[in-house]
Amino acid sequence: MTTVNTVIPAGKTVSLARRRRRPGEVAFKLALQLCLVIALAFLVGLISYAVFKGWNRLDARLWNNMPTGIVSRADRAGVQSAIFGTLWVMALVALICLPIGILSAIYLEEYADNTRWYNRILELNIQNLAGVPSIIFGILGLGMIARVIGLGFGVITGAIVLALLVLPTVIIASREALRAVPGSIRQASYALGATKWQTTWRQVLPAATPGIATGAILSLSRAIGEAAPLILLGAVTYIRFNPDGLTSRYTTLPIQIYNLLKEPQAEFQELAAAAIVLLLVILLAMNSIAIIVRNRFHKKW
Amino acid sequence: MGTPSATVPAAPDVRRGRRRPGEAAIKVLLAVAAVVSIATTTGIIASLAVPTVEFFEEVSIGEFLTSAKWTPLFADKNYGILPLLIATLIVTAISVVIAIPIGLGSALYLSEYASARMRKLLKPILEILAGIPTVVYGFFALLFLNPILRSLWPGGEKPDFQNMLIAGIVMGIMVVPTVASLAEDAMSAVPGALREGAYALSSTKMQVATRVVFPAALSGIVAAVVLGVSRALGETMIATIAGGLRVADIVVNPTQMASTMTAYIAGAGQGDLPVDSLEYLTIFAVGSTLFVFTFILNAISIRLVRKFREVYE
Repeated sequence: MTTVNTVIPAGKTVSLARRRRRPGEVAFKLALQLCLVIALAFLVGLISYAVFKGWNRLDARLWNNMPTGIVSRADRAGVQSAIFGTLWVMALVALICLPIGILSAIYLEEYADNTRWYNRILELNIQNLAGVPSIIFGILGLGMIARVIGLGFGVITGAIVLALLVLPTVIIASREALRAVPGSIRQASYALGATKWQTTWRQVLPAATPGIATGAILSLSRAIGEAAPLILLGAVTYIRFNPDGLTSRYTTLPIQIYNLLKEPQAEFQELAAAAIVLLLVILLAMNSIAIIVRNRFHKKW
Repeated sequence: MGTPSATVPAAPDVRRGRRRPGEAAIKVLLAVAAVVSIATTTGIIASLAVPTVEFFEEVSIGEFLTSAKWTPLFADKNYGILPLLIATLIVTAISVVIAIPIGLGSALYLSEYASARMRKLLKPILEILAGIPTVVYGFFALLFLNPILRSLWPGGEKPDFQNMLIAGIVMGIMVVPTVASLAEDAMSAVPGALREGAYALSSTKMQVATRVVFPAALSGIVAAVVLGVSRALGETMIATIAGGLRVADIVVNPTQMASTMTAYIAGAGQGDLPVDSLEYLTIFAVGSTLFVFTFILNAISIRLVRKFREVYE
């Protein structure tokens, strides 16, 4: 194809090897690239601004000291109770959400007959739940879990609400991981006389673990970045102690950041920026673990 | 495999499995776990519906839908959802104007132009963007982008310190990963044969992208946009931090501050409103309105996604 022009005498050739220039094509491609550049620039700008703004407060005060709303003490304020609150919430969300989510996924993927109407409703319900705004989950916590069930406004209520919020994500990610395990593994296990649960527990689940773990970590990182539902659940105050039990009052990093942003003073804004950097570092660490798990343990069938 | 019982009359029927109570119990346990999500939905609907009914015993639906003032926390009380609804629609509209071109452009580039290596490099950017907490977006909008917007503003009257425009812009960027990832799925699902057919008819790359891939993936693209709209409608923290909490009258100027439905819920929910006061019930009435909107949009989106999956997979 590239050597067509050798047949025709030189001088009059139209080189087919060289493409015609199409300014419209080039402009279109550049426009598309620009879209990604905008997203990238926003990301870089956001992270560097947070680091720049919070730089002076990125020291031991941040995790050693407790939050305060008193202006004269602003330079001694930290977010220790929010760090502990975030860790509590993360642990509780994992304890509540992962077993329920993974078992649900096993049911839907391995056991459920998806021609049955109730299984289809289950599936549709999960898809729908994934799209419900997070503040609505806050209303569920406020109206139902805190008041009607009577768990109050402790860390357990916040954790249950966040666990329910990320449950659809855990289920959907776990189902994808289970689906990726080829049927031949199951057939081989059945052929050796294993029961359904033995097959699921000893063959399918171990094979799907990396995928499930990746989804679980990403869901947890979404849970600890979430602020809206907790606003309704009594976390928006300057809590000067770490949680010491399931019904203890608490605050979390995103809530504390929101709290600090409500104050007009520059000192509080810097502290908010420093807390943001800390939160982003935690999230980045979790995401890196998820990526490592995915790349290292992921099996291509 | 057939029927061994036919040749050996005494043998047990192999076709019917032995009863295993343990196995059956496990299946029940798994089903119970799966029912938690149904219980969640039921809980959400119940916790919205009961106080909302109580609310409408005090306030007529007519006033709720038509009154142009929302002042439940003031001395002169008015319960018209329109100020909140209009602010929500304005912020959502701005975010959609930002998110559609950037999200679909990114998706088209990733699906049609980027090499496999490029894609591997670029997709994490969108994933990180999706993983950033929304309070952080709010922080960036309030303290960095809005001051820039104010200083660059050409007209005489500068935007407020919190305003719908900056909230909408930043929310648009927040929605980009949602739109881009679903739209890219839809575009990648378009079979290669369609593209090759178009190339064989001497189409250019841009023609293939805009006249073949785009229309073929349209239902998925619409689903992506609808889901993006639903995300923006339900987003709370950006609206609260960057858009402000002012409620009362209808504000149509996007450079002014106004409270969206979500921001109102967040604002009213922080205070210690006495339970069963009418003020407290407003949280649930507004929440129900928001839920209905997002529910409809999600249902449309789920249906459209199913459609494009059916066509090409």
